[in-house]
Amino acid sequence: MTTEKQLYTVSVYTENNIGLLNRISAIFQRRHINIESLNISVSEIEGVSRFTILINMSEDQIKKIIGQIEKQVEVIKAYYHTDDDTIYQESCLFKIKSDLLFEERQIQNIIKESNAHIVTVNKEFFVLEKSGRRAELETLHKALSVFGIMQFVRSARIAVTKDELKISEMLNAFKN
Amino acid sequence: METLTAIQKQYLEQPKERISGSEAIVRCLLAEGVDILYGYPGGAIMPVYDELYKYEDKINHVLTRHEQCAAHAAQGYARISGKVGVAMATSGPGATNLVTGIADAQIDSTPIVCITGQVPSHLLGSDAFQETDIVGISTPVTKWNHQVTKASQIPEIIARAFYIAKSGRPGPVLIDITKDAQFEEFDFQYKKCTGVRSYVPVPKTDDSSVTAAAELINSAKKPLIIWGQGIILSKAELELKALVEKAGIPAAWTIMGASALPTSHPLNIGMVGMHGNYAPNVLTNDCDVLIAIGMRFDDRVTGKLDEYATQAKIVHFEIDPAEVDKNIQTDVAVLGDAKQSLLQLLPQINTNSHPEWLQRFKDLYEIEYDKVIKNDLHPTKEGLTMGEVLKEINIQTKGEAAIVSDVGQHQMIACRYADFNVTKSNITSGGLGTMGFALPAAIGAKMAAPEREVVAVIGDGGYQMTIQELGTIFQNKVPVKIVVLNNEFLGMVRQWQQLFFEKRYASTEMVNPNFVAIAQGYYIEAKKVTKREDLASAVKEMIDSDAPYFLEVCVEKEGNVFPMVPSGASVSDIRLE
Repeated sequence: MTTEKQLYTVSVYTENNIGLLNRISAIFQRRHINIESLNISVSEIEGVSRFTILINMSEDQIKKIIGQIEKQVEVIKAYYHTDDDTIYQESCLFKIKSDLLFEERQIQNIIKESNAHIVTVNKEFFVLEKSGRRAELETLHKALSVFGIMQFVRSARIAVTKDELKISEMLNAFKN
Repeated sequence: METLTAIQKQYLEQPKERISGSEAIVRCLLAEGVDILYGYPGGAIMPVYDELYKYEDKINHVLTRHEQCAAHAAQGYARISGKVGVAMATSGPGATNLVTGIADAQIDSTPIVCITGQVPSHLLGSDAFQETDIVGISTPVTKWNHQVTKASQIPEIIARAFYIAKSGRPGPVLIDITKDAQFEEFDFQYKKCTGVRSYVPVPKTDDSSVTAAAELINSAKKPLIIWGQGIILSKAELELKALVEKAGIPAAWTIMGASALPTSHPLNIGMVGMHGNYAPNVLTNDCDVLIAIGMRFDDRVTGKLDEYATQAKIVHFEIDPAEVDKNIQTDVAVLGDAKQSLLQLLPQINTNSHPEWLQRFKDLYEIEYDKVIKNDLHPTKEGLTMGEVLKEINIQTKGEAAIVSDVGQHQMIACRYADFNVTKSNITSGGLGTMGFALPAAIGAKMAAPEREVVAVIGDGGYQMTIQELGTIFQNKVPVKIVVLNNEFLGMVRQWQQLFFEKRYASTEMVNPNFVAIAQGYYIEAKKVTKREDLASAVKEMIDSDAPYFLEVCVEKEGNVFPMVPSGASVSDIRLE
């Protein structure tokens, strides 16, 4: 088993219950594990939530963490995956002064080349949205920061796995 | 399948009836077969107490003197009976006082359900009087918890609470119920919970893992079994005995596993861990196959992890997948309920014996006897030892008492020297090490099993943490026998100070009150023994009594508990002196 640290995407299917976030985050907190990013959303199954947690740790550690997560009564199933096993993205928003859009020709080129898109424009500012890998987002951030960014925000990673996760089968098995 | 009592049938799956949330709570408890609960009233839980008053012919609410003790009493009840213990408290401080007992039940896998009142739902989050976020506070120390804000949720949530507390690896559940939900009326009907879709209480046992385990066990020349509380929780005492005898394997126990196999059994070779027996600790690092059943390789058991049984193949029978490979890397893990797994394993086990290997345990026992046990049980020095008190209790109870111990030196002595001839006889705070546990836990144990002799063995420190429960014992006439082993020190900490802090006895010396007078103040018969010649008759008088009885034994002030695996040392570096 490897003790080398790497990035893992943890996907947790859960019942949609108040308090579960607290229960899951406590597992990390107790062990001084830093969560790189955390996203909670609906999943492909009605009434089932999906946590996507990004953590940097070794494989033998992550296996234990998965055990602790799955032990929670309202967790249906937890998985961990490497970047190679998943399709993943983050997205970010830039709020930038509108003047720059017209005064700095370079900005228009950056927008075009980065495949970012403009969400809204008004007299004071415009909002630029970009989804992709972390490195692409960072490159764009770097390119724009020379002009001045009024606000910046980046989302947590979201990811789907290349392999099938048989959650529906598991839930159907319970009914029968 | 459990058999239902007449009262349970009266409240289970009856036609819908319009009642209040608080009455529903009481009926839910009755439907779950609860006959006794422990608690303390207060503002936010008053509607439920009003119903308990109306149902007092069917359910006995025992008023403890502190909510912590309601939780511990529920634990004692659960540990001796195998049933779910119930504790109740009001919001705010009532609820937070339960937390120590809940944490204790969590780490020792004890099934309890705690019900707390909460401020009305419109006041939640407003810092109202006696409002506390008990669901948030109790999250890390509960198997499950939930807040109810509508009466209609009560039956389903309470059914789920009992199901989760009891099934799989048991644990504590807390249900917080707002006062408005207690008042609200709704159409009540109770159905037991039979499953929760996101929760697998018992993992499926893989047949091939059982076969692999059997092969390793059959091929072993120097096998060692270490069993834990999992045997007791899954009622696998007979299966364990069958395995031990058929394969002829020496078997040791963790503190939580004590009493699952009688002390007198020839293959029972004692306790493992920090203050366990010499032979099983030393030979853990010499066995070729270590068979762990229903135990979790706690640090007090393993000592230094990377020097623990590194030579051995490890077979781990375990109900909780998160425990497998958590501390010790296994070679074969058999997931599942211990009883079912052992039943599946037994036909694949060859009849065998290991006389030479067993002899090595006997030889090491002789060394331990000469260096430690002899002096503990048959001292020649003047001062009384804790060990000889246990020896007298063994004689007077024929080793059939349930021993409820607190935490510290007396606990280790009780576990080392008590004769456990009946299962579920060692009720102690193992994982959390909660001083103050024993007195309230003994109340719960005695009330759950009135036919059993229940002896609480407590140190002078821990006793004073929950001494107020003498009031509960007196009011409810609970005939527990209380033995305080008084060395006028917080003995275990003092022992560590002596051994590792150059005898700097920081805040461990205790100037104690007149314990006999305090017990007598609660109208409890009480006696104090200071001399060896008075010990036997005093213990006999205590055991012969049909009433609660308090016995203080003044023991050697600076006695130490050995053997000892110093923290951070390997189990085979166990010290005898």
